[in-house]
Amino acid sequence: MELTTVWFTVIAFLWTGFFVLEGFDFGVGMLAPVLSRGEAERRQVLGTIGPVWDGNEVWLITAVGAMFAAFPAWYAGLLSEFYLPIVLVLVGLIVRGVGLEWRGKVHHASDRAWCDMGILVGSALPAFLWGAVFADLLHDSVTAMLVGGVFSVSLCLLHGAVFVALKTLGPVRARARRTALVTSAVALPAGVAALSGIPSAGTAAAGAATPVWIWALALAATAALAAGAALTWRGRDGWAFTATASSIALTGTALFGALWPAPLPGLTLAEAASGPYTLQTLTWIGLVALPFVVGYQIWSYWVFRRRLVAEPS
Amino acid sequence: MEALDLARWQFGVTTVYHFLFVPLTIGLGVFVAGLQTAWHRTGKEHYLRLTKFFGKLFLINFAMGVVTGIVQEFQFGMNWSEYSVFVGDVFGAPLALEALLAFFLESTFIGLWIFGWDKLPKRVHLATIWAAVIGSNLSAYFILAANAWMKHPVGYEVVDGRARMTDLWAVLTNSTALAQVPHVVAGAFIVAGAFVLAVCGYNILKERRADPDRTVPMRRGPGSTTSIWHTPMRAALVMTAIAGVVSAGTGDLSGKLVYEQQPMKLAAAEGLERDTAGAAFSPVPGIEVPMLLSFLATNDPDAVVRGTEDLQAEFAKKFGPGDYRPNVPVVYASFRVMITFGMATAGLSVLGLWLTRRRRTPLAPGGHPAPRGPVRRRRRAAGVPREIPSWFARACLLALPLPTLAMIAGWLLSEIGRQPWTVQGELLTAASVSPGVSLTEVAVSLAVFTILYGLLAVAEAVLLVRYVKAGPEQASPTPPAPAAGSGDGDTTAVMLQPTLMY
Repeated sequence: MELTTVWFTVIAFLWTGFFVLEGFDFGVGMLAPVLSRGEAERRQVLGTIGPVWDGNEVWLITAVGAMFAAFPAWYAGLLSEFYLPIVLVLVGLIVRGVGLEWRGKVHHASDRAWCDMGILVGSALPAFLWGAVFADLLHDSVTAMLVGGVFSVSLCLLHGAVFVALKTLGPVRARARRTALVTSAVALPAGVAALSGIPSAGTAAAGAATPVWIWALALAATAALAAGAALTWRGRDGWAFTATASSIALTGTALFGALWPAPLPGLTLAEAASGPYTLQTLTWIGLVALPFVVGYQIWSYWVFRRRLVAEPS
Repeated sequence: MEALDLARWQFGVTTVYHFLFVPLTIGLGVFVAGLQTAWHRTGKEHYLRLTKFFGKLFLINFAMGVVTGIVQEFQFGMNWSEYSVFVGDVFGAPLALEALLAFFLESTFIGLWIFGWDKLPKRVHLATIWAAVIGSNLSAYFILAANAWMKHPVGYEVVDGRARMTDLWAVLTNSTALAQVPHVVAGAFIVAGAFVLAVCGYNILKERRADPDRTVPMRRGPGSTTSIWHTPMRAALVMTAIAGVVSAGTGDLSGKLVYEQQPMKLAAAEGLERDTAGAAFSPVPGIEVPMLLSFLATNDPDAVVRGTEDLQAEFAKKFGPGDYRPNVPVVYASFRVMITFGMATAGLSVLGLWLTRRRRTPLAPGGHPAPRGPVRRRRRAAGVPREIPSWFARACLLALPLPTLAMIAGWLLSEIGRQPWTVQGELLTAASVSPGVSLTEVAVSLAVFTILYGLLAVAEAVLLVRYVKAGPEQASPTPPAPAAGSGDGDTTAVMLQPTLMY
């Protein structure tokens, strides 16, 4: 396999990891006001992502860092082209991070309300904007941006609700399951709308149709989404979470499959790529380091595997 | 006003702002890990209280370092796309490694540390804070190696108008990086040390206001030195003093490298216009110490130090017409602020160490020094440490901003002194900016970040002050008798755990 292919795959993997992991962080952040009644429950809901959101966010940092190193022109083109959306993404990530970290440290209810606002806005902005940016890359139309953004937000909401259902007990869990069902009613049609028209950068230029395997991925993503809703209905929280996670992972794979081999309009991977020395060296380092990283992240999820209950402070 | 100017302002504002928090994360993280290690090894309850107290301050600050850091990584691509395309092959590698090897470690383990107090075995929990701070320090290394490459590019060749890395090891062991990394990390420890000193100073003064007896040393006998703040203060003094020595040594080394690698920066730092043999150094404008600059730069008092005007003529010949001089007044002033404020803090810590040195003679039971004698002298270690004078505690409080100002000045010297280049001798700043990004876009983002950062700075300051004023949580009013034989503080751990960090 060519090194550019390897690195495109690595970057697709990192972005997809970010979508899957931060997907539920964003969802939980947006749903916290809906899922909780009172401070103890609010802490219970946010506690589900408390130990892990920061590590999840690093998937994005690493994805972008890997783009910078492996495909500088892709990195520079994407970020300068979508300048203002990216500014808003950054603002969102800033206020969300600060809100999550400071929430437990402020003393007044009004300060806590500011943190809650930061978490809500800071989760919604990146969730919407990343969907919109990638949809725009594929379709170059405002409608597609909106559909992409709505799909991304609704998928995060569903994923987040399912995650809370999986990680909590008591009234919050019941509420999360109901919310998951409601959000799936939005996510499913949005998913059909967003995924059914998926074009392919590789074949669109040649005037050919999107390859079948991308269609298959898109279809599987939609099916997994529906399965997530059905499994939530049946009360199988773990399997429902597996399904929504798979749906996001399949969507991410289809997305990057469609971006191959021209991640930006008029820019091919070969043109954007760093030299073979850099790619080769980074490949070796990545091969050694990535298993450790994934390993200790999995371990951190294992440490916090218990369901949370609402504890009065 | 061009997009270029605003993009530069934005980079300056966001980077300086980011670096208000990073040094505290780096230094205070190690300090907190040290306190927790002390608790782990001695089982003494006050170490746990201090770990939690400084841990909270650390976390309030940590959040800001993390979120402002994301902006940094994205900003190259947003505002400096030409730069990114030119350098990505070389510069992107340490950034990717930073994320993969350092940020994951830091972020994952900080989460485990915050939430793992009652979920992990004590030993493992202690390891998580160390893993997180190792991540922080490692990230400093990678980003500083990337930054060093901009000043002294190595291990690359230029092919088709883009830098191509030829040797990653050369990039990671760049002489500039090897001098700069310990210099900046030592600076971070000075910042953190001064922060701890100020917090301790404040609390010592507060204690004494509440209990005026304590202002009179020794009246209450040896018991008066059991203030909880004495140990962290001593530890911070040691940390700051050591960091001061490292910072001075590596600063000297950096100066010598600047002489070889970036003569224009050195000339601007001294405001030297012409090539001068035996160049003088002026600690303040108007006072000159003959030959000191030449000596500092080369160890040879007679060596020739290049001047800005002569270098300008040479560069214009070499690189074509243009102004190759940085903003001399800013660079000149930054150089002096950095040295003066940084060394003042280090000096303060040395003074503090002397003031709090152990008594040569242990206090006799009555609270009065025992008679001196040769026998006693050998037992210095057994002596009771001296009380921290109130004026010194006040000085520590006042010195709080000094190392941070020194740090900012150091970055201004380093980065404004590099102008007009982004990559020394290879790429001009003017040629680095994103061509497709409009003035309005940069203006909007600059305004957004400046306002947001301003608000968050106020919020962080208020939060930190509130927690410092609140002091550490009180131990239970009736501390349980330590279980015989265990002595590892498990009981106190249980007592304090219900109030988690988060």
